[in-house]
Amino acid sequence: MSDNAHIAKYVLRLADDALVLGHRLSEWTSRAPFLEEDLALTNVALDFVGRARMYYQYAAELTGGGATEDTFAYTRDAREFSNLLLCELPRGDFAFSVVRQFLYDAFALPFLRELKGSSDQRLAGIAAKAEKESTYHLRRGKEWVLRLGDGTTESHQRMRQALDELWGYTHELFEVDALEEALIAEGIAVDPRTIRDEWQQTVTSVLIQATLPVPESSWSVQGGRTGYHTESLGYLLAELQFMQRAYPGLRW
Amino acid sequence: MNDNIVALPSEEKFQARIDAEEKIEPKDWMPEKYRQNLIRQISQHAHSEVIGEQPEGNWITRAPTLERKAILLAKVQDEAGHGLYLYSAAETLGITREEMIDRLHKGISKYASIFNYPSLTWADIGAIGWLVDSAAIVNQVSLQNTSYGPYARAMVRICKEESFHQRQGYNIMMVLMQGSEEQRAMAQDSLNRWWWPALMMFGPHDGESAHSAQSMKWKIKRRSNDDLRQQYVDQAVQQAHAIGLEIPDPDLKWNEDRGHYDFGEIDWDEFERVISGDGLCNRQRIAHHIKAHEDGAWVREAMAAYDSKRRARATDVA
Repeated sequence: MSDNAHIAKYVLRLADDALVLGHRLSEWTSRAPFLEEDLALTNVALDFVGRARMYYQYAAELTGGGATEDTFAYTRDAREFSNLLLCELPRGDFAFSVVRQFLYDAFALPFLRELKGSSDQRLAGIAAKAEKESTYHLRRGKEWVLRLGDGTTESHQRMRQALDELWGYTHELFEVDALEEALIAEGIAVDPRTIRDEWQQTVTSVLIQATLPVPESSWSVQGGRTGYHTESLGYLLAELQFMQRAYPGLRW
Repeated sequence: MNDNIVALPSEEKFQARIDAEEKIEPKDWMPEKYRQNLIRQISQHAHSEVIGEQPEGNWITRAPTLERKAILLAKVQDEAGHGLYLYSAAETLGITREEMIDRLHKGISKYASIFNYPSLTWADIGAIGWLVDSAAIVNQVSLQNTSYGPYARAMVRICKEESFHQRQGYNIMMVLMQGSEEQRAMAQDSLNRWWWPALMMFGPHDGESAHSAQSMKWKIKRRSNDDLRQQYVDQAVQQAHAIGLEIPDPDLKWNEDRGHYDFGEIDWDEFERVISGDGLCNRQRIAHHIKAHEDGAWVREAMAAYDSKRRARATDVA
């Protein structure tokens, strides 16, 4: 594989995370608990779709051959999508979406801060823009975890359940394979192992403040980076790709 | 109006202010019927923005390109924001958002009946943006001069964003009309379905509009339904023809003498049927809103509980 192909593969991982998570967030539009939150969730969804576009556009340039951002988003099947499993899980109730987002944003913020220092200028530029958004996302997430964790008995219970259902998907955030090892060595990719402590600290301190127990379960499900997904991804893609599949090759 | 309003001195003064084009502000004295009329109109307007998220939101997850998806997300986010300004404007009249939502759920308060029609194809996102938003603009531009200050100011802000929406919708239709035969058919089919409901958005003929005469006198409404509808037809027909779409009205004809298009009679039976509940989506739109509201009840309760705990802790510390 050429250098560009390696980098493109890495960029697609980041792009797929953003698109798939953005899709799940966008499912909240018109369904949020109140109007201000509807607006906020739609806005965050838009941030992630925007982030996905920047990554896909870069991947398209690296790949050449007439590829565009839409080629990657709309014409690959589940086995070629390399997003983290955490991002694809169905949106669940509001507690589930809040916890998923918080766990992810607590990872994304230090990740982007590191990516800003990438020797790849394009990635560094995208990270600088995305970092600002993630700062706001994480602030929002912390507030929600506090309110719902330390709210009512019902909200506390729902948050505990969401944490239990999601915790085993967080280990994958810190996995590194041969592709990433090589790109880390070149100073292009972020080594997620170096931000694990920070993530753990952010998450633990907010959970404690929110009177929520830090899960101790030992299960861990992985596979997203190699295209080994939960079954929900196929349905997500069927919906997301419907137009391009039903009417291939047209301009919209 | 059926009731004989006894003109009290304050009502005379109020009308004199209206006649002098002064804006009425929340703390000013106003006739109770003026207040109720505005609450009805502004809350209906707010509900329309919020219910309108549904037919458009229906295509966010299926938008054909990432660019279209991002634009649609931004647009629907704007609509929700318009709902917020409008609820706030209505709240200045002494009603809470909670009460307005309750009235919506009970069917006491209405929303624009056009959202009882389904968005079935991607072209419908074009048609809604182009036809529905430009009908809204025609109406809202006239409302920028409405007599109630907070409503007028909300309209100024909203109109700026709506014209961006309208251009986006028209652009979707234009690209479809430059595309394959299937795409052109999709665009035409969409126009066929949305054209008449869009004309209905301006409401009944002037003589038959329940609230029109008093609203005009109070300058809540600044131009008549038929007047606004004519302006809309004149501009929409030209836009349609410019991209090769045909207006589904055999009676449509340019009238040289009037300097306007003549157009066919609206099917007022359909208008009444859809408003009264026989539209394809009436039940779903309200059920969707009620479900989101009920699903969110525990979240709102948790927020309130957390806030009072935090306040109690702050007091303890003090």
